[in-house]
Amino acid sequence: MGIRRGHRANLWEWLAERVIFGVSLSAIVMIFLIFLFVMREGLPIFLGSMSSSAVQEVIPVEQMDQMPKEQLRSYLGLSAKQFAEMDRETMQALMEVKVEQQKEIPNDKDAALNTTSWRYLLGPHQWTGYDKPEYIWQPVSGIHKYNIVPLVLGSLKATCVALLFSVPLALAAAIYVSQLARPTIREWVKPCIELLSGIPSVVLGFFALLVMASVLQGVLGYQSRLNAFVAGMALGLAIIPVVFSIAEDALTSVPRSYTQAALALGASPWQAAWQIVLPAAMPGVFAAVVLGFGRAIGETMIVLMASGNASIMSLSLFDSTRTITATIAAELAETVFGGHHYRILFMIGALLFAVTFVSNFIADLVIYRLKARMEGKA
Amino acid sequence: MTIPKGGNPFARVRFDYASNGFSALTGLATLLIVAILFVILGNIAYFGWPSLSWRFVTGGTEKDMFNVDHAGVMPMIFGTAALVILMSIAVVPVGVITAVYLTEYTQSNSVMTRVIRGAVNNLAGVPSIVFGLFGLGFFINFVGQNMDAILGKADEPVWGKPAILWAALTLAILTLPVVIVATEEALKAIPNGLREASLALGATKLQTVMKIVIPQALPGIMTGSILAVSRGAGEVAPIMFTGAAYYMAELPSRLTDQFMELGYHVFILSTQSPDIERTRPILYATVVVLLGLTFLLNFVAILVRAQMRRKLRSLS
Repeated sequence: MGIRRGHRANLWEWLAERVIFGVSLSAIVMIFLIFLFVMREGLPIFLGSMSSSAVQEVIPVEQMDQMPKEQLRSYLGLSAKQFAEMDRETMQALMEVKVEQQKEIPNDKDAALNTTSWRYLLGPHQWTGYDKPEYIWQPVSGIHKYNIVPLVLGSLKATCVALLFSVPLALAAAIYVSQLARPTIREWVKPCIELLSGIPSVVLGFFALLVMASVLQGVLGYQSRLNAFVAGMALGLAIIPVVFSIAEDALTSVPRSYTQAALALGASPWQAAWQIVLPAAMPGVFAAVVLGFGRAIGETMIVLMASGNASIMSLSLFDSTRTITATIAAELAETVFGGHHYRILFMIGALLFAVTFVSNFIADLVIYRLKARMEGKA
Repeated sequence: MTIPKGGNPFARVRFDYASNGFSALTGLATLLIVAILFVILGNIAYFGWPSLSWRFVTGGTEKDMFNVDHAGVMPMIFGTAALVILMSIAVVPVGVITAVYLTEYTQSNSVMTRVIRGAVNNLAGVPSIVFGLFGLGFFINFVGQNMDAILGKADEPVWGKPAILWAALTLAILTLPVVIVATEEALKAIPNGLREASLALGATKLQTVMKIVIPQALPGIMTGSILAVSRGAGEVAPIMFTGAAYYMAELPSRLTDQFMELGYHVFILSTQSPDIERTRPILYATVVVLLGLTFLLNFVAILVRAQMRRKLRSLS
């Protein structure tokens, strides 16, 4: 489309081109801003400069007047403006509250720990009352336990089920539609897949919660009604359109002459599809799976509604599961702005973004290379 | 292989069980996907249709939104409509201009195009919950709070809190790839002869784009916008922290108001209800309304696109 003639002839043309160019950078800018601002809120956790330790040195109320102003302000955790507006009585009351708070802290060796440090985020710890070191996500309790391992495991469990369910199905359908089926069938199946991808994820979540969960429990007879398996199956429904359309696209981009040559040599349509076209389109199939993975691990509403949301450290697919995305969605509204729980949720959001960014990037690169090669050969 | 080795090469080829079996299997997989789709839609239509009434669609809801006799989804339909209209105002111009740049102003294999296209594809794959975090971290906590500080409203935040404007802008970023890809497809389908004719008659590049290319691509641009609206209307995770409300007594009237939304309402009804069996009818009915809305939009988009293809085929 690059007809480049006379478009720099006058000022307006030049200006318009600059503006159009500027606006077209918006997608890049947005990716950058998302990274920057999700990271910004989670940064103190990454750097380990945040503390959730409940134990604080107590300063007796009587010492209030001897303390330097700045020290008193940070001790009471006030902003400069709040501090300036507050009278002495209120501050004294606040100091008494602090003393009371310290008395109320559970008499527990864990209260002194900074649970937001990487050691407790990733490693097991023997909490008071437990008889062995464990991975626990329990942000709303006397001692905030922020171990993200159960959440990562939960996300991976649901994603694995989703991929195992949807990839074979979507891939088979893509082979059938692009290689074996008559054009009329293709014209019927493609709108159906589009329709499936048009179903909002909250509706799939609703369907999984009300219908699939009961049906699957009835068939398989497991204990907990909502679990990683149900969530994974529903997730699979959400990523079938993604895997199908990318794989179908890749298979169609293989030049027709490949198939024709195979058929002319006596291969059956299936052999041509399986032994000639599929290997040629393999990078595209790989990209489809990678994109499906990224979509499944980032999907929120389905797992929030259908996975049961208990952060249990278990490898069984039939236990209730809490994923990264569901945790953010369920907990962010109740956190204190700027508090450690809030920052941890942003931190795991940033991790999620990093994972999907890498998988999208790889898939994009692979598809681009494949397309370039196929167009060159065609 | 099906070709018999040796013997008469013209002998009738044996029925190839493996090939036909595998072909049938792939066909079955396709059938299964289509069947699942119809089971889902059938289930929702079957249980949702009886509970759907004119009063339900046009009525407001009370504080006790789980009450079957007084539930209505009008405020949610209004909120969703307002949300997607605001979103379209933000996303359509940006998306169209980006697509114009990609197809009209650069060579398709230049580095810049490649980078922009990569960013667009990547943006399409960012998890929706991350958009929610971004909306909160950027629009509310950064833009909104700084606006409050500049306008001197730091005591009682006006902009620095969840609002329909922030939710719409968050969704606009989420749907940007949809608009770009659809518009690009429409622009690419326009025969180059039209551009050449325009340039040959002495039109400048900008005139050609504004008066020839964009009018021709209008149906495609509309398709993209409709698809974006349909996508935006169904997303819940990005608006949970940026503006959607559990319950609002009044309809949103300003950009800084919160709002009720259909998808979010489905989520609330299915997870917060004290008695799911009693809520079931209104839940199904709400899902029917939401699905009806998104499918209607999708359907219109498909029709417009088919129309456009037919017209372009006659052009070239």
